[in-house]
Amino acid sequence: MRAALEAAFPEAAEIAVVDRTGGGDHFHVTVASPRFGGLPLLEQHRLVNDAVAGLILDGTIHELRITTKGTA
Amino acid sequence: MSELREQIQAIIESAPVAVFMKGTPQAVACGNSDRALKALYALGAPVTAVDVLPDPAIREELSALSGWPTIPQVFVKGELIGGADIVEELYANGELKWKLENALGDAAHAGTVEVAVVAA
Repeated sequence: MRAALEAAFPEAAEIAVVDRTGGGDHFHVTVASPRFGGLPLLEQHRLVNDAVAGLILDGTIHELRITTKGTA
Repeated sequence: MSELREQIQAIIESAPVAVFMKGTPQAVACGNSDRALKALYALGAPVTAVDVLPDPAIREELSALSGWPTIPQVFVKGELIGGADIVEELYANGELKWKLENALGDAAHAGTVEVAVVAA
């Protein structure tokens, strides 16, 4: 999970992954990146979804909460 | 295009506010679907809910149409607004109210709740 995000957002100022239930399938990820600056929230979340798409499709991620922050 | 996908698209295009969720408004089966609904209820949005749980194909066809991988998915007048996190954040910052009123006018706060069913 973290590796996928780090690969997709090498420029990120912050990447946090919280396993909300400890079961390895309910995550809350936070990504702070200058790439989000000026992008609509929908597009910010889409970038995060795309980064972990494989893990969603194969069922590894059962639930995903996303917080994105644009940084200067 | 499959018949199921056509049904889903028809709801997205025709419902003022379409919510694809796990469970129904009467029996919500997922905390995230609940979060999205609560934000919409708080604004009295006219909700048309579709349960994706009866058939995995509903979610597959929906995600193929929307390009969005997770549930819930909220659409206002055919436009994907986002999932629970986005809907909550837009509610908190006032943008959701603005989007609803901009798209729906007087109907934005009709407060109706309907359930639509799709089936292959």
